[in-house]
Amino acid sequence: MATLRLDGVRKSYGDVPVLHTVSMNVADGEFLVLVGPSGCGKSTLLRCIAGLEDISAGDLHIGERRVNDLAPRDRDVAMVFQSYALYPHMTVRENMAFGLRVRGAPEEEITRLVNQAAEMLALGSYLDRLPKALSGGQRQRVAIGRAIVRRPKVFLFDEPLSNLDAALRGQMRVELKRLHRDLNATIVYVTHDQIEAMTLADRILVLNGGLVQQLGTPAELFDTPANRFVAGFIGSPAMNFLKGNAQGGQVTVEGLSFPCQTSGEVEVGLRPNDLVLSRGAGPQATVDVVEHLGWEMLVHLQLGAHKIAARAETAVMGSLKPGDKVAVAAERAHLFSAVSGLRVQ
Amino acid sequence: MSQQSQGGAPSVPVLLATHLVLVVTTLAVLYPVLWVLKMALTPSQAFSMDPMPFPTEVSFQNFREVIGTTAADGSWLFGRQLLNSLFVSAVTSALGITLACTAGYAMSRWAFPGRDIGMSMFLVTQMFPGVVMAIPLYILLDEAGLLNSMLGLALVYSTTAVPFSTWNLKGYFDTIPVELEEAALMDGASRWMTFTRIILPLARPALVVTALFSFMTAWNEFILAATFMGDERAFTLPVVLQSYVGDFGTEWGRFAAGSILVSLPVMLLFFALQRFLVEGLTAGSVKG
Repeated sequence: MATLRLDGVRKSYGDVPVLHTVSMNVADGEFLVLVGPSGCGKSTLLRCIAGLEDISAGDLHIGERRVNDLAPRDRDVAMVFQSYALYPHMTVRENMAFGLRVRGAPEEEITRLVNQAAEMLALGSYLDRLPKALSGGQRQRVAIGRAIVRRPKVFLFDEPLSNLDAALRGQMRVELKRLHRDLNATIVYVTHDQIEAMTLADRILVLNGGLVQQLGTPAELFDTPANRFVAGFIGSPAMNFLKGNAQGGQVTVEGLSFPCQTSGEVEVGLRPNDLVLSRGAGPQATVDVVEHLGWEMLVHLQLGAHKIAARAETAVMGSLKPGDKVAVAAERAHLFSAVSGLRVQ
Repeated sequence: MSQQSQGGAPSVPVLLATHLVLVVTTLAVLYPVLWVLKMALTPSQAFSMDPMPFPTEVSFQNFREVIGTTAADGSWLFGRQLLNSLFVSAVTSALGITLACTAGYAMSRWAFPGRDIGMSMFLVTQMFPGVVMAIPLYILLDEAGLLNSMLGLALVYSTTAVPFSTWNLKGYFDTIPVELEEAALMDGASRWMTFTRIILPLARPALVVTALFSFMTAWNEFILAATFMGDERAFTLPVVLQSYVGDFGTEWGRFAAGSILVSLPVMLLFFALQRFLVEGLTAGSVKG
């Protein structure tokens, strides 16, 4: 395993910049997740690390070695593709052995490593099957197996679970987490699914429009988002935003007041789980839609001019129905400049 | 009822009508073939006016005579001419596939100046009928001393086989996901290894179909072969067939027997490669 260092990495296609100055260090054995909306440049960044795309500027180090000009095969990284990219004419065994074979590993070594990886991924009984005879989850495991048999310095995952159904995705998430623990591997993982990002990552890099928005632990991103984009992107259901005017050390929107150290136009961010609904006194909101999720429910409300969503325990507020009036209180708010979008408090 | 006829087994009248159309179409297609067979099996060299496509008398005399044709020096001419056709077609096919698989791959995977124009020019060469190129090619072959040469004829055929094969294979390579190559590159394979170990095995149906088409085109070609081959020992089989059509009469029996003999190798190839043919023709039409 190895560290990964990006210094001022930029990527453009002709005159069109795709990645603007990305700098980061990934520690040995760290699980870093690149997250962002479609087209934000996260897959391009991964492909730059893999060597499948040249970088336009900056430096890329794997371990102590500068790899800018090295071909993918010489970087000692392995990649798991979104489409699995299994060789259709080769069996599972041959797929997993291919990388070792082209590098000239002895046959006994190949057999041992393939069997070891197959056992780790519960693929032992599928080794002689062709990829077309496997389910989506099994194919994904073969793709992972093909990556781990080589014991590369860095693993790259490009939205590996996006083609699986929700149940299998949850299962594979746990398997990936376990795999990371067992291999103690340095992993860079691309996803647009923020639940995957939050559950898997040691740290998350949020990208938008080719710009780094924030790099931090899942808790840091959730608790102290650096700007309005990160605040809106991380967390499910998404944060509510209410526009207000701060003055005299506080901002009041729709009857809810929060201390604010700046003045002027701000956006108040309220996470659905920070909102408290009650039948008592306080700013009144009208129930629009109620989504029951079991022990809790998601309540969509009209609060003055704003539509907001709040979480509530079914045991407490289970009788709510559209048209009901409820009092809204907020335990915590995130404040962002309405001009720059940056966090002000 | 309507649901059943849409999704379940078709009703009896529909089934009958379908089979009737199929039987009539099959007979219409087979009729000329049966006619040729009838003439080949009839000992007479006359053209039969009887509409029935079955011979009244069966004889293999025509086949024996065509196969047993000898040259003036007594050597077995038909065997020589069969070998000529096989050699020219095989070399054309092999040359076409070998050059076109690398060309088609490059055209499919890399954007470089002149690629689109190059592909268009390849297409333009296909638009000229063979006879237009006959005179310039004749002069070229004469200059190169390749008239009456099998290699010369194979080279001439390759001028159309390579562009055709390149287009065909490029189209197929386009359907192979680039991720497979990227995965192989990440696995440590070189470009060449990726091409030979991943791309070519996956393109096998297209390679087979393309090779077969090139083979058939060369096998059936008449005009250029008749123009460049003056010596009967250098004739390919279509030229031999034409020799049964004389100025003062046609040996219909031998002509028909020869036609069947010329068709047999291609038919055998078709049957042998049928599986690839279907795979190759339907490849890319269904996702996944």
